Amino acid sequence: MISAIIRWLDERLHLDGLIAPLRHKTVPTHRLSYWYFFGGITLFLFVVQVITGVLLLLYYRAGANEAFESVQYIMTQVRFGWLIRSIHSWSANLMILTAFAHMFSVAFLKAYRKPRELTWVSGMLLLFLVMGFGFSGYLLPWNTLAFFATKVGTSMVGEVPIIGRPMMIFLRGGEQVTGATLTRFFGFHVTVLPGLVLILIAIHLFLVQRQGMSVPPETEEEWVRNPSARREMKFFPNFLLRELMAWYVAIGVLGALAAIFPWNLGVKADPFVSAPAGIKPEWYFLFMFQTLKLIPSKVWLIDGEVLGVLGCGLAGLLWLLLPFFESEQPSHTKKWITGLTIFVLVYVIGMSVYGFLAK
Amino acid sequence: MASLRNKFRLLSAVRHAGLAGYIVLGACLSFGQTTNSCLDCHSSLPDPYGVTQEKFKQDIHAQKGLTCTSCHGGDSTSDDPSVAMSSKAGWKGKVDRKQVPQLCGSCHSNPAYIKQFDPGLRTDQLDQYHTSVHGERLAAGDSKVAVCTDCHSVHDIRPPIDPRSTVNPVNVATTCSRCHSDAAYMKSYGIPTDQFANYKTSVHYQALMVSGDLSAPTCTTCHGNHGAVPPGVDKVQNVCGNCHVFQAQMYAKSTHNKAFEALSLPGCVVCHSNHGIHHPSDAMLGTGPEGVCMRCHQPGDHCDRARVTIESGLTQLDGAIKSADQALRIAEASGMDVSEARLAQDQARDSLTKARVTIHTFQAALVNEDVQAGLKIAAKDQQAGKDAMVERNHRRIGLGISLIAIGIMLAGLWLYIRKMES
Repeated sequence: MISAIIRWLDERLHLDGLIAPLRHKTVPTHRLSYWYFFGGITLFLFVVQVITGVLLLLYYRAGANEAFESVQYIMTQVRFGWLIRSIHSWSANLMILTAFAHMFSVAFLKAYRKPRELTWVSGMLLLFLVMGFGFSGYLLPWNTLAFFATKVGTSMVGEVPIIGRPMMIFLRGGEQVTGATLTRFFGFHVTVLPGLVLILIAIHLFLVQRQGMSVPPETEEEWVRNPSARREMKFFPNFLLRELMAWYVAIGVLGALAAIFPWNLGVKADPFVSAPAGIKPEWYFLFMFQTLKLIPSKVWLIDGEVLGVLGCGLAGLLWLLLPFFESEQPSHTKKWITGLTIFVLVYVIGMSVYGFLAK
Repeated sequence: MASLRNKFRLLSAVRHAGLAGYIVLGACLSFGQTTNSCLDCHSSLPDPYGVTQEKFKQDIHAQKGLTCTSCHGGDSTSDDPSVAMSSKAGWKGKVDRKQVPQLCGSCHSNPAYIKQFDPGLRTDQLDQYHTSVHGERLAAGDSKVAVCTDCHSVHDIRPPIDPRSTVNPVNVATTCSRCHSDAAYMKSYGIPTDQFANYKTSVHYQALMVSGDLSAPTCTTCHGNHGAVPPGVDKVQNVCGNCHVFQAQMYAKSTHNKAFEALSLPGCVVCHSNHGIHHPSDAMLGTGPEGVCMRCHQPGDHCDRARVTIESGLTQLDGAIKSADQALRIAEASGMDVSEARLAQDQARDSLTKARVTIHTFQAALVNEDVQAGLKIAAKDQQAGKDAMVERNHRRIGLGISLIAIGIMLAGLWLYIRKMES
């Protein structure tokens, strides 16, 4: 029956021609191949986000007077609403975690080398957008923590010289974080960001498909010296089935987190109360937040916060341009870039832990 | 060279201009200052004659432009004591205690005069003082009683709003206690001197001094200030009722009101005491050391039966609220959202508070209405907590089944891959 349907469709759409590239696509096999899964897991979690996000849209109402209540309704009254919302929140965090893991694996394996510079750049832009998803989505339940975290986050944007203040007012929809900010963030979260992410994912996947999987420099050198040592597996079905196993594990982890630790809703935001003590952003912004906290209020004649924000922006830009400092030849890869990657990883983890523990 | 000379001329001109400026500034500052020869001498005299410039500067009267002569007469502009303190200059010398209220009243009872400084300031203090126990005794020749300066201090009188003022709400009790807690001083009056010690143990003191609630009562709130009198035995409830409105209304209609009036018992004070009023608790309805009902009532009588009904109702509701709180806490610790039930718990607590107020009707049926309303809400909230835990267990069972299914799928996929690749 199924084969009859496939045959019927194939006669009309020539499916075989569409699947053929997948049949020919191969994935290099070596001792670090498992890092290849992280891109796929991130993509899978994004799909989970889209599906659960659409389901949440059925009940969520953006507005200072009803956002909190609508999420509360989802969590308590809607059948399996708690599960969908908790999965959406946990999946968002796991997606950012796997995106970071994917980025660092690419950096350490030097997969960004020529000709894959644009794949790295598109991936980095995707990471920035995913963090934008996190920042905008965090405000949507309109609870106290989200309200004040948004206040702090948007005020940091305001520190950028010249364009900072207009940008902050644009983000907030006024001088202060209000219901106008909420509707604005909702708009970014469900239309602008998904649109941009879909375009970039398409470009990213097209580049991966076009250029194939990168191989670590040492392995590449070895395979050049000894072509018979080259190992590959078919993308379809061998690699995809393994990826499917990773997705199942991800579903299991998400389900367990959602059932055992349902995402807390907190207390409804009240703009007239003072900020709770020790307010901190989400964990993926913590390393930047802690860096800004450690910079003195004045460094020579420059305002500390301005310096911090500009420094973070410059560091992000240089990280984005990392492939353009790297050598094309596997035998001449730059050791200082490996050292820098180790430093960045240790710095991000160290500052995040410090920020988490700091009062 | 010429440019150097020009610079020197410029600097010289600036220096001269600066010097001239200092002279003009000094002249301006000294202009309008009048000599106060009183302080020249009295600042170096010992108490009770000593008044320093620093002390007098703190006085509201000095700040409003009044001087020593405003109260004491004389001529403060003269350096010659025989002129400054001459009867010709109207010098009155030390004001006699008995004359103090009249002297203060000469300005403070004059609305036209007081309006110049503070249109909102009352001018009936002297009239009120005459009606007070202090005023009556003073008129009868007792000079030990408090006059204006005993409470407001002298020569450094601050407005009551100033926290350093002796009559600021936070300082009033200490000010009164200077006389009223002095057993030797009060001996001739035959009244207790433990009021301040008792007040310091009270819920009112806690609210005022610990919680910083300036609206909480101090001595003058109940006794009045200028017209200070002990509240009449049959009028105590009017004093308490100023703040505890509902309790007073209920008490006024109660059987206790009539009975206490007939027995000349002082209303609220009978159960709550006066200066050492502690936070009321349900134990006041019990038969333990804190219980108050059984001081008058007999075990087993009609009133005792009502007491038992009221006490058990309150205990039951209090226990039900605590039990529901516990159930909701457990559910919350498991990550369940029970915020609606949490909100409803506030209504149950309101019912308990209302029931505790309704006690002042001394009618078990009325108290029971509030108790039942609270019990209904608490039972619903308790059930919400239990339901949340049942839901949590369902979720975990669902998770377990899902994880088994995922495990089977993973094993199946792994076996399929192995078979395919072999």
